[in-house]
Amino acid sequence: MSVTQPPIDSPEIRRLEPVLAPGHTYLSVTDKIAAVVLTRPLGIGWLAGFGLTFSLVMLLFLSLAWLITKGVGIWGINIPIGWGFAIVNFVWWIGIGHAGTLISAILYLLNQKWRTSINRFAEAMTLFAVACAGIFPLIHTGRPWMAYYMFPYPSTMGIWPQFRSPLIWDVFAVSTYGTVSLLFWYVGLLPDLATLRDRAKDRAQQLAYGVLSLGWRNSAHHWHRYQSAYLLLAGLATPLVLSVHTVVSFDFSVAIVPGWHTTIFPPYFVAGAIYSGFAMVLTLAIPLRKAYGLEDFITMRHLENMAKVMLATGLIVAYGYFIEFFMAYYSGNKFDVFLANQRLHGPYSHFYYALILCNILTPQLLWFEKVRRNVAALFIMSLVINTGMWLERFVIVVISLTRDYMPSAWGRYSATFWDYSTFVGTLGLFVMLMFLFVRGLPAIAISEMRELVAHQSHGKGEHQ
Amino acid sequence: MDPMSDLANNEKLLRILEGAPAADTARGQQHADEHEEEAEDATRQEAKLDLSALRRKLKEKSGKEYWRTLEELADNPHFDALLHREFPRHASEWDDAVDRRGFLKLMGASLALAGLAGCGRPDEAHIAPYVKQPDQVIPGRPNFYATAMPFSGDAIGVIVESHEGRPTKIEGNPDHPSSLGASNAFVQASILNLYDPDRAQTVMYTGEIRSWSAFLDAAQSLATSVKATSGEGFRILTGSVSSPTLNSQIKKLLAAYPAAKWHHWEPATGDGPTEGAKLAFGRVVNTVYVPGKANVILSLDSDFLASGPGQIAYAKQFARRRKLDGPNGTLNRLYVVEPVPSVTGSSADHRLPLRASEIELFSRALGGKLGLGSDAALAGHAAKWLDTVVADLEKERGASLVVAGEYQPAAVHALAHAINLKLGNVGTTLYYTEPVEALPTGNAESLRELCADISHGKVDLLIILGGNPVYDAPHDFDFAAKLLKVPNSIRLSPYYDETSRYSKWHISESHYLEGWSDARGHDGTASIIQPLISPLYYTHSAHDVIAAFSDKPGMPAYDAVRNYWTEASAHLESSLDAGWRKWLNDGVIPGTKFAPITPELKFNAASLPAQAPAKPDQIEYVFRPDPTVHDGRYANNGWLQELPKPLTKLTWDNAALVSPKLAQTKNLAHIVQARGGEHGQILSALVDIELNGSKVTAASWTLPGVAENTVVLPLGYGRTHAGYTGTNKGFNAYVVRTSDALWTASNGKMTPNGETYPLACTQYHFNMEGRQILVTGTLEEYKKNPAFAHESGEAPPKSDSLYKEFAYPGYAWGMAIDLNKCNGCSACVVACQAENNIPVVGKDQVMRGREMHWIRIDRYYTGTDADSSREGKTGDPSEYSPTLDNPETFFQPVPCMQCENAPCEQVCPVDATVHSAEGLNDMVYNRCIGTRYCSNNCPYKVRRFNFLRFQDWETPQLKLLRNPEVTVRSRGVMEKCTYCVQRINNVRIDAEKQNRPIRDNEIVTACESACPSEAIVFGNANDPTSKVAKLKADERNYSILAEINARPRTTYLAAVRNPNPGGEKA
Amino acid sequence: MEHRPHSYGVMAEFDTPEEIMAAAKKTREAGYKHVTAYTPFPIEGLAEEIGFKWTAVPLITLLGGIGGGLTGFGMQYWMMAVSYPLNIGGRPLNSWPAFIPVTFELTILGAATFAVLGMIALNKLPEPYHPVFNVDRFSHASTDKFFLCIQAKDPKYNLAETARFLQGLNAKHVDEVKDE
Repeated sequence: MSVTQPPIDSPEIRRLEPVLAPGHTYLSVTDKIAAVVLTRPLGIGWLAGFGLTFSLVMLLFLSLAWLITKGVGIWGINIPIGWGFAIVNFVWWIGIGHAGTLISAILYLLNQKWRTSINRFAEAMTLFAVACAGIFPLIHTGRPWMAYYMFPYPSTMGIWPQFRSPLIWDVFAVSTYGTVSLLFWYVGLLPDLATLRDRAKDRAQQLAYGVLSLGWRNSAHHWHRYQSAYLLLAGLATPLVLSVHTVVSFDFSVAIVPGWHTTIFPPYFVAGAIYSGFAMVLTLAIPLRKAYGLEDFITMRHLENMAKVMLATGLIVAYGYFIEFFMAYYSGNKFDVFLANQRLHGPYSHFYYALILCNILTPQLLWFEKVRRNVAALFIMSLVINTGMWLERFVIVVISLTRDYMPSAWGRYSATFWDYSTFVGTLGLFVMLMFLFVRGLPAIAISEMRELVAHQSHGKGEHQ
Repeated sequence: MDPMSDLANNEKLLRILEGAPAADTARGQQHADEHEEEAEDATRQEAKLDLSALRRKLKEKSGKEYWRTLEELADNPHFDALLHREFPRHASEWDDAVDRRGFLKLMGASLALAGLAGCGRPDEAHIAPYVKQPDQVIPGRPNFYATAMPFSGDAIGVIVESHEGRPTKIEGNPDHPSSLGASNAFVQASILNLYDPDRAQTVMYTGEIRSWSAFLDAAQSLATSVKATSGEGFRILTGSVSSPTLNSQIKKLLAAYPAAKWHHWEPATGDGPTEGAKLAFGRVVNTVYVPGKANVILSLDSDFLASGPGQIAYAKQFARRRKLDGPNGTLNRLYVVEPVPSVTGSSADHRLPLRASEIELFSRALGGKLGLGSDAALAGHAAKWLDTVVADLEKERGASLVVAGEYQPAAVHALAHAINLKLGNVGTTLYYTEPVEALPTGNAESLRELCADISHGKVDLLIILGGNPVYDAPHDFDFAAKLLKVPNSIRLSPYYDETSRYSKWHISESHYLEGWSDARGHDGTASIIQPLISPLYYTHSAHDVIAAFSDKPGMPAYDAVRNYWTEASAHLESSLDAGWRKWLNDGVIPGTKFAPITPELKFNAASLPAQAPAKPDQIEYVFRPDPTVHDGRYANNGWLQELPKPLTKLTWDNAALVSPKLAQTKNLAHIVQARGGEHGQILSALVDIELNGSKVTAASWTLPGVAENTVVLPLGYGRTHAGYTGTNKGFNAYVVRTSDALWTASNGKMTPNGETYPLACTQYHFNMEGRQILVTGTLEEYKKNPAFAHESGEAPPKSDSLYKEFAYPGYAWGMAIDLNKCNGCSACVVACQAENNIPVVGKDQVMRGREMHWIRIDRYYTGTDADSSREGKTGDPSEYSPTLDNPETFFQPVPCMQCENAPCEQVCPVDATVHSAEGLNDMVYNRCIGTRYCSNNCPYKVRRFNFLRFQDWETPQLKLLRNPEVTVRSRGVMEKCTYCVQRINNVRIDAEKQNRPIRDNEIVTACESACPSEAIVFGNANDPTSKVAKLKADERNYSILAEINARPRTTYLAAVRNPNPGGEKA
Repeated sequence: MEHRPHSYGVMAEFDTPEEIMAAAKKTREAGYKHVTAYTPFPIEGLAEEIGFKWTAVPLITLLGGIGGGLTGFGMQYWMMAVSYPLNIGGRPLNSWPAFIPVTFELTILGAATFAVLGMIALNKLPEPYHPVFNVDRFSHASTDKFFLCIQAKDPKYNLAETARFLQGLNAKHVDEVKDE
């Protein structure tokens, strides 16, 4: 049953490389993963990281308090640039969320076993990213305390939301996305919570996990319904994840602003979302596997596959950029042509070139397997790509607004301290939640790992 | 008076000058230095104690008594300090001093009551409302009263809207010849001056509060003391006086004191007209133009459409000749020669930029061509240009007009008179009358005389009525020092300003809406100025001050006016008693218009002393009043400070204007800042200007169309004690202005000092990038192709739409703006601000691109090769191109387009902006949550957002100012032009009460009624007989960016210029 | 009166999926109807072996989806065209293309929530107490052991015989499941 580790450098062998290092039993995987939650003491690294991110969250609260006190005027926005960092960050965060759902849903439907060891924290990442994203549409409004007007509730005014507005579509898309992701995540967690319940030593843990696991007892009947529900969820989440970023892209493509009003947006926003999402998964997975010695479960195979996905989606995004320009010039629409020139030569051109560097040129290194299999390189690249995708949204949201129809009204935008502090604050929130997650819940789906062990012990390991 | 006490007083005065100013400026300065901060805090501490005491006292009293109480309290120096530096904050400046807020509320609370008590409606017996019966004030329905606004040298008849005794809005008076129903930015903004919290509120003696009665006593004792010497050493200094009553009062006073003298200083009024008239006719005459009758007009550096007496009437007449009905229509033709781009120059068919000194050469040459014997050599281009003008003028003998600018020397005016006579224009396109001004003597000379007398110690009693000589007198007079030399100086002024601080007595002046007076319009027509509200503070009028020295001290201004007109009405058709009510009702006194006179020409052009042409490379420095703060009197008016200046689009600052070429040689660059950018913050190079032995540092600004080697220094800025809003804004050009070079100076030095200064510019980019925004053509092109406006883009036919059109069966409100008529004067912008409670946001926010004007005026340059600018040129004036030397300038007012397919509405998530059944694009403030999506999606960028709490909710005076019919918006909501929906509904209510449809022209929007050139027309587009429908049917009618298919209700009529077909292109 | 714990069933423990599959098969052949299996991860076909064929989860999900979709469009149509019709930028009251995104999202939302809640409900969760938890070794069911339990309510059930029968399937342990 134990296979000798094949030499790493021969492709045809690497193809057979298992997604789970050999030699593991049901017990060993369970122990190793559950231990991270149940027995392992809080390391200094964890405490330090948590402390840092926690302080960033405090910065976020401070920024929000000041925002509510003074108004959105504390940001750099103006007329004509009505949307700034807030919307850029919103789109960026939502995009990051997508990889989680993609991995857990689409790869599940495609029966990609290698998803198993990364889907759990990828889904967590989705939830936290959506949480961060959700903050912005709310606070970017001039009167956040009135934002509930966007929900269809019977009001004394007898008036309803305006369903032709993409912002309302956003409200429904994002809230649906959040809900479904949560359900998906929780369903996946159920058996593992039961496992933790059964292995927990102290009363508090037993109680907590006991309550959360709803009395799950691994009955074959339960498993049967469970699998059917999980499959359906995956089936539903797949179109959902595609729809969410499509709807987000509608915020722009439905508007008539030159640089926004284009039909390429939905596909290329979705591709971009997956692109940045996978980058973020890498950013998280690489330190995680190192810190908790999970290299056996998150193997080079995973990293390499994700690198390949990034390369693919990166190319789609590149195509999107190209088509934007092509359509501008081909259609001859003078406003679009002007904007295209502005991107290349305008006051914000350096942003555009930086974006091309991060999103299109750098990822081309992934063609080389040496790079794909170099953890450090991948980590750095994932950071570069996340930056690039943020820049992309900045270019789309802000630059288009600086040069629209009326030359007399043209303006410029530059962020203020509060713009930055809010963004950094949400980064802190995201990572802090991640820290809490890895210590509170199994970062890898234990039951699915056991399944994997079973498959491997029957020598099926090679067929994924 | 005994010299010892004077000495003591002077010392005291000097102490105050050292002590007080720190406090006073601290409010104005953005960064008060530590010392001042401490001073402030200290006073604030003490102040709080006082305040409670004050409020306790106030509690016991009721209504009007507050004032008396206040005065009793007023002797307390702390309270004085409060009143003068803590309480007043500027207008709608958004509140930046949070810690100060609570304090203000307290002050506000007590003073608000006082203010309200002060503003009961004036005594019914005296004043008569316009049109409506006086005896009924329907709550919620405004009354309208006719009065007049005196403005250096003439008066503009106005009709004031009053809500329950609060004047809230000013419109022009159609019956008044100087207004003809229109107004200008100053008239519109003057209402804010009434409620300006920074106004001086009491009588002061050497910085301490005194009672009016105390002043009366002092005045009488002074009067008796000067009586002894029959007025030796008694001097009166005034600005231009256009009030017959005041004139006669002063004359009477002078009669009583034969040795007394009356001096006269207006910093921004040129001597040209008076001196020129003397040169031409040997006497002073008043010239009244009739541009409406002229087919060809030549302006010799005259901005007659936007400055000087009669400007509004002239603009109206001129615009009517710019009305173009159909391809067979005719237009007048305007030639302008000027050193500084002006509103008039911008609407010229041919504009020739010449340096100020070359204007005289040009006029001489012109005179020569017309056979007046004068002669001068002109440069090639100018010479050719001249020939076409001469040809045109001669073709239109009797229907042509030559207007000389008031800042030009006497010779130019004399030549203009001679030329007009020669061309037989006198009597048709212009005529002469007796002077309107009471004391039409040379400005500087009169003041020079006074200063000389003072320095010889000849003056011991000086009354200064209005003006602000310490700030704006030529610096070689050093008026401040002079004033200190005068033992008894009495100053009447609405603000405790620079001059007041150097005067012994300061009398706070009433606003023209607060007291009785009278004034003559540019053609002599007199109006009674009736108060709309009794004085808000302890203020008095010039009549009161003069009376104080007469044998009838304390005589009310009302009596003074009545007395004068009882005599004067002797030779009018109606006696005072018979006519009084009608005079008040109509706002004009019939039969007071000056009859034309025909002075005989005593001027031989040939006899003019030869003039050496100025060296071409020598830089000329030209002084001009600022388009928005004028000579500085409006420095504390937030509306005018934030009003973009017509040509430069700068706000809150003046700048040394230089031509693009000069900017290039001196390499004065502009840097567009990332925050706000083209629509906000521009860094410009600071230059040190050394002139006439003194030096000032100014921000430079490149303005296309400025004559070569010319630097324009706008006056009126750099005030040190204007108030919260006006203090320390811009640079003070008076510092380098001397009495011998009032308007044009040379031998100066301009050197960039390497530093930069942020300017708030609301429109930097000036070309249209080849888009269908402001469509222009020439008369010839128009005749050839009447539909030329539609070639640059057309809306797709409605049949292409998949959607069913919404029907507008009832009224369909629409607006048509004739770009042929608009001259960019910006009256509409301020009118809109006044009507719709639009806040002032301050320089910092303007630099972030957050100004709130609901209607803006875009300025575009479509130079001879505007098309070349389509290829990638940035439209940045600091990038030199020859086309910028003298570009064609066009203005375009941009309110909300009220699109039928409104892009803004479709994206609003909460139905906060929706379409009304009559096609209005309604904003629902209560529903708005401020996503700003609508603004992003508005192709015309006419929406404005309350990024912060811009509106001032504390200052009680400003509460009185608000228009009760318009919501006062708070933070976080979007707002925009509503087509003055409140006016629509007022009219609708009337119409429905009378069970009739709304008539055409019955609804007049604020911008429309203010517009002096009738460029804006509003009405029911469904009614084919309405004015607006007719205009929209015109082939010149187009909508901005039609291809977007937003179907705007606001459409434009393409501008058609009328250049001389054979003419020299310029 | 003192309460005597009655028996819930008999439970056998196995080490591998193969063993329990075989055991389940035999149990069915032996004619036991009320059998349940407990495994640390889902095992293909096990449920079918112990006679569990059809689940209602997909149907519930479908209903949820249809319900969500209809609600979605119905709500928008009613609000925009019936309850408070407004002229929004000249667009028709029933701008159905603009209503599609929300309709779609609500379809998904309905389906997903129904799927999960349906699954939980059909599994009769939450169920904090269950007799099988009384077996000490049962905690391994969530780690590495595989359990087969024949319930007492099975007609063929007899504690001794059933226990022996399970022993015969070479189970590692056989315990009685008591129900206090």
